[in-house]
Amino acid sequence: MAKTHVTMKVNGTEVEGLVEPRTLLVHFIRENLSLTGTHIGCETTHCGACTVDIDGMSVKSCTMFAVQAQGSDITTIEGVANADGSLSALQEGFRMMHGLQCGFCTPGMILRAQRLLKENPSPSEEEIRMGISGNICRCTGYQNIVKAIQYAAAKINGVEFREAAE
Amino acid sequence: MIPGPFSYHRPVTVADAVKLLSTLGDEARPLAGGHSLVPMMKLRLASPEHLVDLHGIAGLKGIRRDGNTIVIGAMTTQHELLASDEIGMSLPILDETVLLIADPQVRYRGTIGGNVANGDPGNDMPALMMTLGASYRLEGASGAREVAATEFYQGAYFTALEPGELLTAISIPVPAAGHGYAYEKLKRKVGDYATAAAAVVLTMAGGKVVTCKIGLTNLSETPLLAEDAAKVVIGTSLDPASLKKASAAAVAIMSPASDARGPVEYRKHVGGIMVTRALQRAAGRAR
Repeated sequence: MAKTHVTMKVNGTEVEGLVEPRTLLVHFIRENLSLTGTHIGCETTHCGACTVDIDGMSVKSCTMFAVQAQGSDITTIEGVANADGSLSALQEGFRMMHGLQCGFCTPGMILRAQRLLKENPSPSEEEIRMGISGNICRCTGYQNIVKAIQYAAAKINGVEFREAAE
Repeated sequence: MIPGPFSYHRPVTVADAVKLLSTLGDEARPLAGGHSLVPMMKLRLASPEHLVDLHGIAGLKGIRRDGNTIVIGAMTTQHELLASDEIGMSLPILDETVLLIADPQVRYRGTIGGNVANGDPGNDMPALMMTLGASYRLEGASGAREVAATEFYQGAYFTALEPGELLTAISIPVPAAGHGYAYEKLKRKVGDYATAAAAVVLTMAGGKVVTCKIGLTNLSETPLLAEDAAKVVIGTSLDPASLKKASAAAVAIMSPASDARGPVEYRKHVGGIMVTRALQRAAGRAR
């Protein structure tokens, strides 16, 4: 099958490659760009491990072809740290609140949570849970992931984070 | 999992898309949000030789009001429906239903056109469109036609779409001011298709039901309009006896499959409960 030339911006850098039409975006990101932080979990659009940010949308990159991302602006987990290399508020939240155990779902969780906080800077616990309902975690029971996102929201909003009593 | 090989086409006008679909024939499929088709292709349950991606066609996007009708372009995403003030004001049941489709990521990509055109009995929009009296604009090589949602669904994945035709827009009459509405969906988890779901749009005056429409999702090979059940409640105050009769009339037309969501009897039983709950909640919202 003839290959198509694609160009897009990934984590602020212009990238290009030759892809078959059937190449999934997640494969292009992992194999052509060697950005392996974006994970492949279920491959059937359920688990959210492959979530990346495309033009202001959280997208499961296993359910989109690379040719469809032509000209788009993409952020992966490799692009979320602060410019000086320090952890972003969400990364710090996941670390401080123990929001991960095995870490497999974490890149997708962080990318999704980042978009959620952009759209809704002060989400309630329920809004956080609905907001990450397309991301499956098999370790944490979600409790600490919710806290990690609350921690990040507080930090971004410049208010003190208080853990809710359990 | 990697889909089979295909040629990728990205037309920028409806005319070009229709031309491609009619020239390429059965081996071509339109690609909307892709959140049904792409997983099917990865599982090799679908292997189209050509994909006609509709994302380049600006004319297929957008929500506009045309008198007392809301017209929604087929490529409008579920996320865009949720963000629309017009939908929030005129068709709040659409937002309520959209929030029960899949998950946030899927809603950024999933389109209303794909949802109604695919013919999957598990999709939530088709029964709602029948309940709202919507119609679909179908464009083909020989021109455009309007087909009522109630006439569109023929069987699981079989619709009134002819080869080479594209569903380009959905027209929904704005329900009366003060109408009551509810979409009740029983599902096993976020992201699942309905075990059973019911849509209700009604109007009331003096505590009695004046008009009522009831739609049913995933309780047959096609979405259903429960007309007898709706007739039962007209003129009543939705007292327990009327609710029971309406629920029984709706159950009588259900013929769900027995699958991982439960055996037939269970799905019909909960289908009746969804109808009752939707009627009650809709009545509570009617002014």
